[in-house]
Amino acid sequence: MKVRVLFFASLREKLGCGGEEIDAPPTVATVGALREHLRARGGAWAEVFAPTRAVRAALNQSMAQPGAHIKAGDEIAFFPPVTGG
Amino acid sequence: MKVSVQKEDFDLGREVRDISGNDKIGAVASFVGLVRDVRMTLEHYPGMTEGSIRSIVDEAAGRWQVMDCTVIHRYGDLEPNAQIVMVAVASAHRGDAFAACEFIMDYLKTQAPFWKKEHTAGGAAWVEARASDDEALKKWK
Repeated sequence: MKVRVLFFASLREKLGCGGEEIDAPPTVATVGALREHLRARGGAWAEVFAPTRAVRAALNQSMAQPGAHIKAGDEIAFFPPVTGG
Repeated sequence: MKVSVQKEDFDLGREVRDISGNDKIGAVASFVGLVRDVRMTLEHYPGMTEGSIRSIVDEAAGRWQVMDCTVIHRYGDLEPNAQIVMVAVASAHRGDAFAACEFIMDYLKTQAPFWKKEHTAGGAAWVEARASDDEALKKWK
């Protein structure tokens, strides 16, 4: 299942990557499972997506909870808590 | 309603004049946020940022009488004292205009995808989210 994944701010810098297309296995059915899938890559990925890290997610450009279901073609973004205004 | 996420600076006076063309409008409340004494870079999520600000404005319009509204938020490199954000809300009376303006700013600070990176003599660092900004939302529940 192909999805587009984006990273912003400190996540983008630590991962050295602003986004990529991922062919996720069928077991990766939610935003939370995708986060875990990325964490399992190890190295900087394990650090950025450690369970203790505050990471927010958006699914197709709306804020999403870890339980939100994902499907092929979705755009999922991961980023730190926002600091605009 | 106007929402703009842009690099360029804005002119609050011009934006308020543009908003007040309707003769049923009796009040325009506005807010401008400025950079303090630290140079910064603002990153955003093109598309989602505009969409989330529109959702916040729609939510405000569901709670108060909002006859027109302009929100402009800048991104990119910003010097000390530069303008970052403006919100202007027009209504028949001031109560709705003040409340909706503050509501939009409180939600924008915690919901719209922007991230500030500060540049000091010691280097660059991403700004941490503040718990007090989340606290500010509770008064609107």
